[in-house]
Amino acid sequence: MEQMVNVFLFGKKYEVPESLTIMEAMEYSGYQLVRGCGCRNGFCGACATIYRIAGDRELKACLACSTKVENNMYVATLPYFPLVKEVYDIEKVKPTEQIMMQLYPEIYSCVGCNACTKACSQGLNVMQYIAYAQRGEYEKCAEESFDCVMCGICSSRCPAGISHPQVAMLARRLNGKYLAPHCDHLDDRIREIAEGKYEKLIEDLMQKPLSEIKELYNNREIEK
Amino acid sequence: MYQDKIMQESIRKVEAARAENVKLDPRRMTAEEKEQLLATYHPDYRQEQFTNLQMGPNKGDKVPVELAALLQAHSRIRDLTIDLEHPDYDVDVLVIGGGGAGASAAIEAHNGGANVMVVTKLRMGDANTMMAEGGIQAADKPNDSPAQHFLDAFGGGHFAAQKDLLQKLVTEAPEAIRWLSELGVEFDKAPDGTMITTHGGGTSRKRMHAAKDYSGAEIMRTLRDEVLNRGIPVVDFTAAIELIKDEDGKCAGAVLRNMETEEILVARAKTVIIATGGAGRLHYQGFPTSNHYGATADGLILGYRAGAKLLYPDTLQYHPTGAAFPAQIFGALVTEKVRSIGAMLINVNGEAFMNPLETRDVAAASIIRECSDRGNGVKTPAGYAVWLDTPMIEMKHGEGTIEKRIPAMMRMFGKFGIDIRKEPILVYPTLHYQNGGLKITSDGMTDVENLFVAGEAVGGIHGRNRLMGNSLLDIIVFGRNAGRNASAKAKGVTVGKLTLSHVAQFEKELADAGIETDAVSPKLLPDYARRG
Repeated sequence: MEQMVNVFLFGKKYEVPESLTIMEAMEYSGYQLVRGCGCRNGFCGACATIYRIAGDRELKACLACSTKVENNMYVATLPYFPLVKEVYDIEKVKPTEQIMMQLYPEIYSCVGCNACTKACSQGLNVMQYIAYAQRGEYEKCAEESFDCVMCGICSSRCPAGISHPQVAMLARRLNGKYLAPHCDHLDDRIREIAEGKYEKLIEDLMQKPLSEIKELYNNREIEK
Repeated sequence: MYQDKIMQESIRKVEAARAENVKLDPRRMTAEEKEQLLATYHPDYRQEQFTNLQMGPNKGDKVPVELAALLQAHSRIRDLTIDLEHPDYDVDVLVIGGGGAGASAAIEAHNGGANVMVVTKLRMGDANTMMAEGGIQAADKPNDSPAQHFLDAFGGGHFAAQKDLLQKLVTEAPEAIRWLSELGVEFDKAPDGTMITTHGGGTSRKRMHAAKDYSGAEIMRTLRDEVLNRGIPVVDFTAAIELIKDEDGKCAGAVLRNMETEEILVARAKTVIIATGGAGRLHYQGFPTSNHYGATADGLILGYRAGAKLLYPDTLQYHPTGAAFPAQIFGALVTEKVRSIGAMLINVNGEAFMNPLETRDVAAASIIRECSDRGNGVKTPAGYAVWLDTPMIEMKHGEGTIEKRIPAMMRMFGKFGIDIRKEPILVYPTLHYQNGGLKITSDGMTDVENLFVAGEAVGGIHGRNRLMGNSLLDIIVFGRNAGRNASAKAKGVTVGKLTLSHVAQFEKELADAGIETDAVSPKLLPDYARRG
């Protein structure tokens, strides 16, 4: 018989097998999820959850899909959090400090409490990437925030009202578009394709009888 | 941290053999060996798991029993009275689905000047795209060409791909990468801007572009951000439950249902794009899945009921490396990139039993063989599995490689106490991709006029098996293509009187075929709630 634990879903007590994730525990308890459930594997940030273990004063945060239940766990899900998402034209913005001041000025009100970092479901150094954003160091902000799943837990804990995931999103796009080194071989290939350099090669291949295509495929050289 | 005695014992064998195994490059199977292997062990060949459709555009064709039950089910609007005279939404282009294909389509339709709207049954970005880890293919290196890409994909798909679609896929691949790059997607690059590319199973050139092992997430969040920047309306938590036609039989909108309030709404549109994704959550043959919560083949059901034909609905992709342990991540995707950068598949005895970069169908069948007839699997609580020897990666490429190249994998196992830098992981095939889907022409349209499809809901781009990195590619190439063509087509469309007569007709055919069922479709979400 599997070991059971008590969990308190929105305060109500349920007994569930200890091997389950919080998400599975909800389903085991009879919930048919609509909100608060996405990829079920730690990539989409749909299942932000806050919890406390009875007797422990510390409030913890996690993704329900990838966190095991514990005995006497008090769980509240955060399936939506009102982040501020400012709109901008990626073709017109420039990767300078001004753009953050203009779109997300609240980042300069950061009080350095580090609650965002402590709460991050991905274990990122959130306060650090906000510091990079303040200084217009978008490459560093992009790298530091790269694994963000935009669950919004950080923002829910922020006394300054910062929407960290959206700040990082802007920084990554600025980095990807304007700051990352340009790829020349990609341009070359696109030009060759536009000039029709490969058209005949593919057409010829497509016209070949199946036996010949199979022959080509089965004997093609594979790059080491 | 493996507590289990059998696992520990096997790990010691894996460790003992590692120094020798890491030097191996196991030979690739011959075409005959592969054919024999697939026929014996691949789930697509288990005849009893399939049935022939008794009605509809693919009457007589073979499909999985679980899909047949939904294709030949009742409509969700059967007992409803729906007011088609006063649509709640009236747009040029209606995009159904908020994943990578839907977002790409919406952006291009917007570029084309159309009044475009996205409906999605969960949130924008809740899609398999978000979970794609390994990368996206494009032949943009000097030693490569679109023709070479074509050959790899055509052969890997058992020479069954619709050639014109595949030609489009490989030819427009480099442009797709540039488009994403210019939107701000951060691809892994060398300091001089050269793309860092690797192999995938079945590629003959290193053409896999990646953004660490968050490739799909990076693409999806960027596309989502762009959709929002453009102010394209997104109606979330709202599913399309039936297509609407006009009196000329052309597609002209959809019946929508709010997933929370169950309110029924009507959207009228000049053209419609189905971008609803895959079917992993139907758990074909009882397999676990790497797919998103909403992957329930809804688009196939909607299209089929409206008269669109399916292509290759009998072929599914089982990703060879789903997580087999621990139970909390059972079936979750372990990206092929783990093998691309050097990890090998090892059996219970510590033997490297195959080349790790065979195509996915072959690799999956080979693992199933190892775990069944050959008796070389590692016993787990859920069955049997083989090792994926991740510590090899850092033996080959140095310390720090795993954290830098596959941080998501490190995190996923790390949460359950397994350090993949030091310990191998257990894997077994997981239901991953729907190779088949709705049939389209190269403009993205089905044989129902003004109904377009893009992404995993399309069948025929890849044939009967898909290579790694060609799905992230197809959602971009064919998503954009559908968006452009649907918006151009919308300019000349005058929508006639709306009708749902095709649904009534379908119900009649169901009765005429003698099919008695309580099932309703589309399924919308899997039911995991335990009752009683």
